[in-house]
Amino acid sequence: MSNLIVLAIFLVVGYGFGTYAENRHYRSIRQRERDLRHIYVVATKYPPVDNPPPESTLVAGNVVISVDYFKRFLAGLRNLWGGRVSSYETLLDRARREAVLRMKAQAAALGAAYIFNIKFQTMSIYQGRRNSVGSVEVLAYGTALYPARPGSPS
Amino acid sequence: MIITNLEMIPGKRLIKHLGLVQGSSVRAKHVGRDFMASLKNIFGGELKGYTELLQESRDEAVSRMTQQAQAIGANAILNVRFSTSSIAQGAAELFAYGTAVVVE
Repeated sequence: MSNLIVLAIFLVVGYGFGTYAENRHYRSIRQRERDLRHIYVVATKYPPVDNPPPESTLVAGNVVISVDYFKRFLAGLRNLWGGRVSSYETLLDRARREAVLRMKAQAAALGAAYIFNIKFQTMSIYQGRRNSVGSVEVLAYGTALYPARPGSPS
Repeated sequence: MIITNLEMIPGKRLIKHLGLVQGSSVRAKHVGRDFMASLKNIFGGELKGYTELLQESRDEAVSRMTQQAQAIGANAILNVRFSTSSIAQGAAELFAYGTAVVVE
């Protein structure tokens, strides 16, 4: 009985805080995506031939993000009859967009206009239990091209 | 040292290939971070401690790769890739590799 009460408390707390945190995160993501829209991110390997040639450097962004207790519980139920697990879909969507934004912020600090050859990498953080996704890490990286400063060696 | 994940450097001619260079770093988290992470598993949200930990170890992997490239006389690393594996509970390996080259 007491186990059920603890479970119910975790579910309610997870639902409340998790929903609040997710909405706040999405608002912040949309705002920063608008602010950084001037940087183009492309998946091609071959940059255009410019004159004078731009400088290039690696930029990366990563984030580790965790799903709340309520959503993990829902995902566990979903395992019974299969289908879309939308609670994990939003988790991964948030993580990828956040990683891209952090990468873009690094590029913006360099004054870059383009990021070429973007790659994503996703890792599930192992929490000791089998088949528990829980937290994921997403890394996004690419090559930022920025105009060479006059006087810089090259 | 220019580090890029493209296969060339715009505007620079490639003079010499020096082969693969790599760097890796295995890190474990400490108990405090682990405790915070288990709380976050109830509330949801970003695990800032883990984000920083993984970023630091990735930076270390890149700097080891860079040292290796410098030791063999390269001045750029092309086509850099990252690979991550969670090898045990609480420890992860971050691996970076690329091709060391000499450009003009």
